[in-house]
Amino acid sequence: MKKSTMTVRPVEPAQDLPGAAAYRPVPPPAWKPRTDPAPLLPDSEPHRVLGTAAAARLDAGLMRRLYAELVRGRRYNTQATALTKQGRLAVYPSSTGQEACEVAAALVLEERDWLFPSYRDTLAAVVRGLDPVQALTLLRGDWHTGYDPREHRIAPLCTPLATQLPHAVGLAHAARLKGDDVVALAMVGDGGTSEGDFHEALNFAAVWRAPVVFLVQNNGFAISVPLAKQTAAPSLAHKAVGYGMPGRLVDGNDAAAVHEVLAEAVARARRGGGPTLVEAVTYRMDAHTNADDATRYRGDAEVEAWRAHDPVQLMERELTERGMLDEDGVREAREAAETMAAELRERMNADPVLDPMDLFAHVYAEKTAHLREQEALLRAELDAEDER
Amino acid sequence: MTTAATTTVDAKPAKPATMAQALGRALRDAMAEDPSVHVMGEDVGALGGVFRVTDGLVKEFGEDRVTDTPLAEAGILGTAVGMAMYGLRPVVEMQFDAFAYPAFEQLISHVARMRNRTRGAMPMPMVIRVPYGGGIGGVEHHSDSSEAYYMATPGLHVVTPATVEDAYGLMRAAIASDDPVVFLEPKRLYWSKAAWSPEAPAAVEPIGRAVVRRSGRSATLITYGPSLPVCMEAAEAAEAEGWDLEVVDLRSLVPFDDETVAASVRRTGRAVVVHESTGFGGPGGEIAARVTERCFHHLEAPVLRVAGFDIPYPPPMLERHHLPGVDRVLDAVARLQWEAGS
Repeated sequence: MKKSTMTVRPVEPAQDLPGAAAYRPVPPPAWKPRTDPAPLLPDSEPHRVLGTAAAARLDAGLMRRLYAELVRGRRYNTQATALTKQGRLAVYPSSTGQEACEVAAALVLEERDWLFPSYRDTLAAVVRGLDPVQALTLLRGDWHTGYDPREHRIAPLCTPLATQLPHAVGLAHAARLKGDDVVALAMVGDGGTSEGDFHEALNFAAVWRAPVVFLVQNNGFAISVPLAKQTAAPSLAHKAVGYGMPGRLVDGNDAAAVHEVLAEAVARARRGGGPTLVEAVTYRMDAHTNADDATRYRGDAEVEAWRAHDPVQLMERELTERGMLDEDGVREAREAAETMAAELRERMNADPVLDPMDLFAHVYAEKTAHLREQEALLRAELDAEDER
Repeated sequence: MTTAATTTVDAKPAKPATMAQALGRALRDAMAEDPSVHVMGEDVGALGGVFRVTDGLVKEFGEDRVTDTPLAEAGILGTAVGMAMYGLRPVVEMQFDAFAYPAFEQLISHVARMRNRTRGAMPMPMVIRVPYGGGIGGVEHHSDSSEAYYMATPGLHVVTPATVEDAYGLMRAAIASDDPVVFLEPKRLYWSKAAWSPEAPAAVEPIGRAVVRRSGRSATLITYGPSLPVCMEAAEAAEAEGWDLEVVDLRSLVPFDDETVAASVRRTGRAVVVHESTGFGGPGGEIAARVTERCFHHLEAPVLRVAGFDIPYPPPMLERHHLPGVDRVLDAVARLQWEAGS
């Protein structure tokens, strides 16, 4: 037989975890827990950098980059929301208020890494370098995925909640088996953590020690349902412990903190140290989508309290106070954002070119006879329309 | 029980092999040829699968390519999607038909749609092996015929072998396919034997072609998988009644071989569809409709269906009443309006 030429990437010896073979049932009273859970437990409160002493050691280049992307990201969100009102987008699930998570998740990855976004994470894809028009294809409705996932190493925006998480695990696992030092970062919301696929993905990732990072954006609501009705866990990050992976809790509006925590998790995954679950505590400032009415399930006071903890403002204040950003810098960032928005608006105002025959083109590698018959039927209908 | 050795002329003396062995051999040969083929599922490693189809594979290829996964079908298929995204060809085992249901969301929402969703940029070359059907005395949840669910999902191929030879050939084709293939393995035929030599395996059998297992002039029995032996036996018994029955083995439910089926029914003028799956909403309705649309002017009688009853799968001590048997097939043949026809 032919042997595979692939070199499987090693995982670190799991010092805190005895090998799988060692973990077998032992009759009581000899049974002991497999491992001390303490090293896996999340931070007792959300990790913060901005506004703390830790901010003194910030890398100025990275911070300016984060700031520029935050400003651009905020403008992207308002522009996309405006496009729904003009009928240019079918729907837009805004990430306004969550830009720190979106931006940090994208910037923490290397070119060869993979991002697994949910439908609310088009901004992360755009920050990673994807053309905004391609990112918004799903939400405009001219096709499902508007880009080649392999070209950008961005998985298709995923709509069924948490179902993209096992994909990230499988891809990361496959990369390790092929000897590539690729990390997958998968994004999910607080509501998604209730799905069975969340559980299965974390379990597979931990058992395989797959190089994957799970970023939960806890924005407080699953459409209208608050977190208290979603889970009784001490925090979402605590869920990590049950799978045998570290959990981290971070202030999701503090882009520096999110970047720091994700960078550590990515580095651990890359060196073979296995997966990490990160809970970023943030807030969805807009309604679930443009079709939702948030006033039915939450009050203004709560929203205003979060507005005082705005991710763009937090970063701007920190950089200004530390002399890393001046008025020119602010203006530059805003102008760049306006340029992006104007270009996006203009391009989205053009009607997309549709070809109904595409409906049959990609169902299978080769069209079945059955589909060829239906394709001919549609072709005839279109021809008849043209003649009218 | 039918045998498959109808077409292959083998120079070496062929020794009998079971369908389970032929399937295992197909997996082994595919893995040896292509390092991107990975086998994963519950108990597929040291145990060799509960039906021993993957017997010996972990020894030959190691745990990185033959993986005992955690016990979670959605996770198994979901991680397989990610592996396929990275260029591997996973062969996933669902331990039993009814245990595959937790994986339906991954199958329907991702496996079947990924190619279409990405305009062909991200195909899903994978095989989902599902042992299916009854007749093995299994307790509840071990005997379902779930093919109609899969057939109703665009983007999937659905195949099922009925012979040892086809088990090998179709499995090789399924693994080579760039589309996801739901590979339904008839449980009660796992131990069927044929004079098939593992040393000279049959050729890869293209997906999408039905085959005429028995030629006849009176009527066509259209069937697949576990019901093929029943139909072959019924055709033998029908000779005593003066009926010369043709038997078509579909082998592939998606794509569906309209050509072979319609050609047969045009010759015979009568047709009965036979399967274990429930009749209402089952594959037989689709098949009967397709035959009627294509062969209406050749038909001497309505196309009939012989299927499992429209009940939850019965407990093992009652399953013989549920499964279509020779008598039920012959009764249907008798109802094909012989007095009105030629």
